[in-house]
Amino acid sequence: MSLICFQNARLIDPQAGTEDPGSLLVRDGVIIAHNPSTVPNGAQTVDCEGKCLAPGIVDIGVKIGEPGERHKESFKTAGYAAAAGGVTTMVTRADTTPPVDTPEVLDFVKRRAQEVSLVRIAPMAALTKGREGREMTEFGFLRDAGAVAFSDGDRVVQDPKVLARALTYAKGLDALVFGHVQDPGLSKGAAVTSGKFATLRGLPGVSPIAERMGLERDLALIEMTGARYHVDQISSASSLPALERARASGLDVTAGVSIHHLTLNEFDVGDYRTFFKVKPPLRSEDDRLSMVEAVTSGLIDIICSMHTPQDEESKRLPFEEAASGAVGLETLLPAAMRLVHSDGITLANLWRALSLNPAKRLGLPGGTLAEGSPADLVLFDENAPFVLDRTTLNSKSKNTPFDGARMQGRVRGTWVAGRRVFPFAD
Amino acid sequence: MTFRANHLLGIETLGPDEIVTLLDLAESYVDLNRAGNKHAEVLGGMTQVNMFFEASTRTQASFEIAGKRLGADVMNMAMAASSIKKGETLIDTAMTLNAMHPDLLVVRHPHSGAVDLLSQKVNCAVLNAGDGRHEHPTQALLDALTIRRSKGRLHRLNIAICGDIAHSRVARSNILLLGKLENRVRLVGPTTLMPSGVADLGVEVYDDMRDGLAGCDVVMMLRLQKERMDGGFIPSEREYYHRYGLDTEKLAHAKEDAIVMHPGPMNRGVEIDGLLADDINRSVIQDQVEMGVAVRMAAMDLLAQNLRASREAA
Repeated sequence: MSLICFQNARLIDPQAGTEDPGSLLVRDGVIIAHNPSTVPNGAQTVDCEGKCLAPGIVDIGVKIGEPGERHKESFKTAGYAAAAGGVTTMVTRADTTPPVDTPEVLDFVKRRAQEVSLVRIAPMAALTKGREGREMTEFGFLRDAGAVAFSDGDRVVQDPKVLARALTYAKGLDALVFGHVQDPGLSKGAAVTSGKFATLRGLPGVSPIAERMGLERDLALIEMTGARYHVDQISSASSLPALERARASGLDVTAGVSIHHLTLNEFDVGDYRTFFKVKPPLRSEDDRLSMVEAVTSGLIDIICSMHTPQDEESKRLPFEEAASGAVGLETLLPAAMRLVHSDGITLANLWRALSLNPAKRLGLPGGTLAEGSPADLVLFDENAPFVLDRTTLNSKSKNTPFDGARMQGRVRGTWVAGRRVFPFAD
Repeated sequence: MTFRANHLLGIETLGPDEIVTLLDLAESYVDLNRAGNKHAEVLGGMTQVNMFFEASTRTQASFEIAGKRLGADVMNMAMAASSIKKGETLIDTAMTLNAMHPDLLVVRHPHSGAVDLLSQKVNCAVLNAGDGRHEHPTQALLDALTIRRSKGRLHRLNIAICGDIAHSRVARSNILLLGKLENRVRLVGPTTLMPSGVADLGVEVYDDMRDGLAGCDVVMMLRLQKERMDGGFIPSEREYYHRYGLDTEKLAHAKEDAIVMHPGPMNRGVEIDGLLADDINRSVIQDQVEMGVAVRMAAMDLLAQNLRASREAA
């Protein structure tokens, strides 16, 4: 039996909505008591020095290069990055090479994850075979093998009939389906959001309306099929009314937003900086503010890092040719602190979106400090300032838009099931 | 004389004083180019490499003549046919070339920002000869010199840029340059060929030619860039000519002494009437070509001076 007592902490409890000073007692990897009157004999103590102790982050949509692109990221390096970033569960994407579209590939992913990752992994599986948008994958087998949701990543199932059937079948299994909302025709060839910036830089742009069109189509099919649905990323204010209507009419729909769309805008691309090329493209400052407001109000449920490792070769290209995506596991927490420091979100509110909501939506343990929950915890100093140096990242790929940025908020320790995974053991 | 830039990547980063410096120097090269002996030695001992990743006849020839008249050793690399086809990246190509110690690199590339990227990796002066839909600074400078010589000034003029604005790097560089020197710029064309957010650039936007040309001092036509379009921007070329092609009837709405410009190559009968293009009383299209050589000589001269100064300092 192992006992740990976290003392002198500021407990961030998203479920209770509180940020109170207190202590936490953990036995065999499970939270068993808040503010115990005495520390039991033999318990290891952790002095939190008044810093914040919160449930570990549950990050939905992490891309790991296994199988297929291990030179960009492996389960091992992603595990280190996650631990250093306070992420205790990575929900991994299926857009690997080959994609996770059979139970056999899923088994490989789970085995590799178990062998080398410091943090928990919950894999997603592809929605259609080969992510080609033609035939649904074996939802039943894949679910039984541990797939927590079904997603074709950034590919849109273009044929509404194929998607309708997949949603109907998923409904029968009560499986969660992810959508990437972007009208493929309108967004074809685009590298940035259309507008003054795109025009000045001479880059092909797409209107944010393409996102709303994709969302409206998917929501119509959800209304028809009644399936459980999550939008991986909303980035534009023009999408919010549709989301609001879907909620009001009782559809089982949730939505996410990436940390980059909450903290950066289109002008950050500057002189063709390809580390700022993400999918969907960065939006206007008005859109960014709308996203922050939607997270605050709860209309957007989940914040994710959309961790997408790309090697130098994929990024050192003219902007239009460069690959999309940014790493985010290690910068998610400090970047999210900008929302606390500059945009007025409370820590408890923020942790609903980073931890509680994603865990609940995917039926995963964690996301709360309630007694009986696993001791997946992150200890952080929300004020500690630093300048990010991308070469210090644990990810194999260093493509972060925050290189050289002044940030505030550092992870001091991460525990998974009561086991300390950060700072790393030597 | 002020010219601070180490590269000529675009008009956006140039100050009005730098633009005027360059145009003033170009005037002297116009004279040189009209003289019997067209040789100067300001680029003597320097190597100029023209890398055109996109086909070009007139711009490449203009840069080549400009370099040769200033005494540089000029080499043309036809990039469309070379190592790019073998999969070499732009940066590797730049590094390879850099190892051969060129002094002036003239680059055209089909992607916006590519010349900027390349300039970060080499130790010589880089001149943007057109990148994607982004900028074409020497074109804007030669247009400015043409206007200044024809109108006697380069401020407080009404200038209409007409046609395919969306796909045009010439339009972007001209909007920036003419704006910096305090002219009124109008953009005229079908709304499908107007880039998004263009009204925020300090210009007036028209979709009717006659309204747009009313009272203009300069009418600048653009080529309809069929090769950059993925279809469906205009219903047909004949409708485009009917509504936006420049002919004497539409030109009559501009000022009586308005000049007609075109960066070339022209699609006669699509964006401009052939006879009007050849009308020496209205069209300054041949002057533009002449000014092109002078402006490029001035640009390379100034960049070479700054390059020499920075090498001596180092």
